[in-house]
Amino acid sequence: MFELLGIPPQAFFGQLLLGLINGAFYALLSLGLAVIFGLLNVINFTHGAQYMMGAFGAWMLLNWLGVPFWVSLVVVPILVGIFGMVLERLFLKKLYHLDHLYGLLLTFGMALIIEGLYRRQFGSSGQPFENPIPGGINLGFMFLPYYRAFIIAASLVVCLATWYMIERTKLGSYLRAATERPDLVQAMGINVPRMVTLTYGFGVGLAALGGVLAAPAYQVNPTMGANLIIVVFAVVVIGGMGSILGSILTGFGLGIIEGLTKVFYPQGSAIVIFVIMAIVLMIKPAGLFGKQK
Amino acid sequence: MSFKPGFTKAALAAAFALVSSGASAQYSDGVIKLGVLNDMSGLYADITGTGSLWAARKAVEDFGAKAKGLNVEVIGADHQNKPDIGSNIARQWIDIDKVDVILDVGTSSVALAINQIVKDKNKIMLNSGGATSDLTGKACTPNTIHWTYDTVALANGTGKAAIKTGGDTWFFLTADYAFGHALERDVEAVVTSNGGKVVGKVRHPFPGQDFSSFLLQAQASKAKVIGLANAGGDTVNAIKQAAEFGITKGGQSLAGLLVFISDIHSLGLPTAQGLLLTESFYWDANEGTRNFSKAFAAGNKGRMPTMAQAGVYSATMHYLKAVHEMKSDGDGAKVVEKMKAMPTDDPLFGKGTVRIDGRKMHDVFLFEVKKPSESKYPWDYYKLRATVPANEAFRPLAQSECYLVKK
Repeated sequence: MFELLGIPPQAFFGQLLLGLINGAFYALLSLGLAVIFGLLNVINFTHGAQYMMGAFGAWMLLNWLGVPFWVSLVVVPILVGIFGMVLERLFLKKLYHLDHLYGLLLTFGMALIIEGLYRRQFGSSGQPFENPIPGGINLGFMFLPYYRAFIIAASLVVCLATWYMIERTKLGSYLRAATERPDLVQAMGINVPRMVTLTYGFGVGLAALGGVLAAPAYQVNPTMGANLIIVVFAVVVIGGMGSILGSILTGFGLGIIEGLTKVFYPQGSAIVIFVIMAIVLMIKPAGLFGKQK
Repeated sequence: MSFKPGFTKAALAAAFALVSSGASAQYSDGVIKLGVLNDMSGLYADITGTGSLWAARKAVEDFGAKAKGLNVEVIGADHQNKPDIGSNIARQWIDIDKVDVILDVGTSSVALAINQIVKDKNKIMLNSGGATSDLTGKACTPNTIHWTYDTVALANGTGKAAIKTGGDTWFFLTADYAFGHALERDVEAVVTSNGGKVVGKVRHPFPGQDFSSFLLQAQASKAKVIGLANAGGDTVNAIKQAAEFGITKGGQSLAGLLVFISDIHSLGLPTAQGLLLTESFYWDANEGTRNFSKAFAAGNKGRMPTMAQAGVYSATMHYLKAVHEMKSDGDGAKVVEKMKAMPTDDPLFGKGTVRIDGRKMHDVFLFEVKKPSESKYPWDYYKLRATVPANEAFRPLAQSECYLVKK
């Protein structure tokens, strides 16, 4: 069968695994976006910039303070999450009663400012970041670096934990209720604005976590978020804007599809996700797992 | 009869204007305007970018333009690696802002677009950052000079060296646009004419981020050499990821077909050591290059100049010399003709010439990246492996497809 397709089975499985790795990033970032949109109704364009801040945060901690990678993995998302919460308190809060578009414009503008500042300071070639677990394992059909395996594992754990927390715990149920009827939830004595701020901070923290994971694999450079964010938005749209599970599954799935495209038609690998988005929007406008509002 | 006082004043003013503008009326619009057009914010910004703008301004200063009575202005713009944006900026510059020379223009697809525009409008392009050898080949014009390097020189430098050390099977990882295609074509020609074989090619989207999938295909091909026909951020990413996937440990070698010192700085010596690359300028080569580079570092956050940025300085110097002798700058093709007639000499590239096809001739150098233990001070990255003389590095006129070359 593989001879028919024109590629050896090794290459095929190797690309599948690589697609899974990319899918891990897409899933992690689209999860953050879906959480923020699903619970706050804000289209957070700053997500790419916050992912970049996560990567740079890890780089800065390592190079300026000697903080090892494993500590950064926990510390940096918290720091960037706090920065996100400050942004939310200062700016985003004022736009909740307005149309989605204002939130989008504001976060887009903030993304441009943040990226511009970083680029001014650090240049655009990027900074080197050492691989914390060098070496890998020869699986026979490909050589899998340990670090890439770690990315898949970490991403899966975080995604599933987040999904569980939102769909299966009491805290999650407060969040979901607050999205639908904030006035009723507030009347029950729950501090809704604080919950909203914390949720935004959590979504931002997820983006920053993606950035810290990306630092050893890709370059730490100010434009890394801008390249990724467009694809992640497409993933979220395909999965359904409010659906947590949808964005996780779609993220991994699209990563695999993109990986396979790189084997059969590499020049099209940059656009295949958008082609799928166009098709899905035509057939099911709310996304594969989304609900018509 | 007496004239109204206003009329007299006006007449006197007009007379003064005619007399005083006599000195600069020979230069179009009274000013020599240079525009540095390159990538100021993306993957090539550290190779060219604001450093090239600084280099052009430094050349104007070092030439002593003011003292010689030349009114020179230098402006810059970001083409974002997009030919349509670059073309719009170039047209606006020429039509509205009265720019006479467009400098640098890295990113070959943009360079080819600007090449056509300056020919149509009889202005000048002095290309330093772009790579495609087509600028002095089938796309040559009397208005363009290709200054610093090109894909043929890279092929004859790094390509030949890799084959000589036993790399006779090649797999290309190519950026899917004009530059990548040109580099792949020219290196393939060198590989096959030296007894090698190309066993596979893959084109990646430009700019790329994740090369793991393409590198896996390269690994599966078992080619001895993986030729990276890309540049800037793409090359850096590809090399990093190749190290991660154990490609060099598995016995295959990477040939960075276009690598600048800024890329080595991004990679760090532990990853980049042993890489072979071809450049026509190194900041630490001699007193002349060192003096320029120390001044450059002071004005550019401690970074050393790349060959593209040094080329902008050299090209600007030569242009100003030509224009100063001609005492005019209006006719682009005529100034380029003068630049081809005059031999070049500057502290960065030494003595050289500009050929009839617009190719600036100077020696290119094959460098090897030092091991971390061999590097004694910041930016001490290269050791010289070979010097490729100009007539061996660049395409011989006999093989040129340029119509300006009379056969």
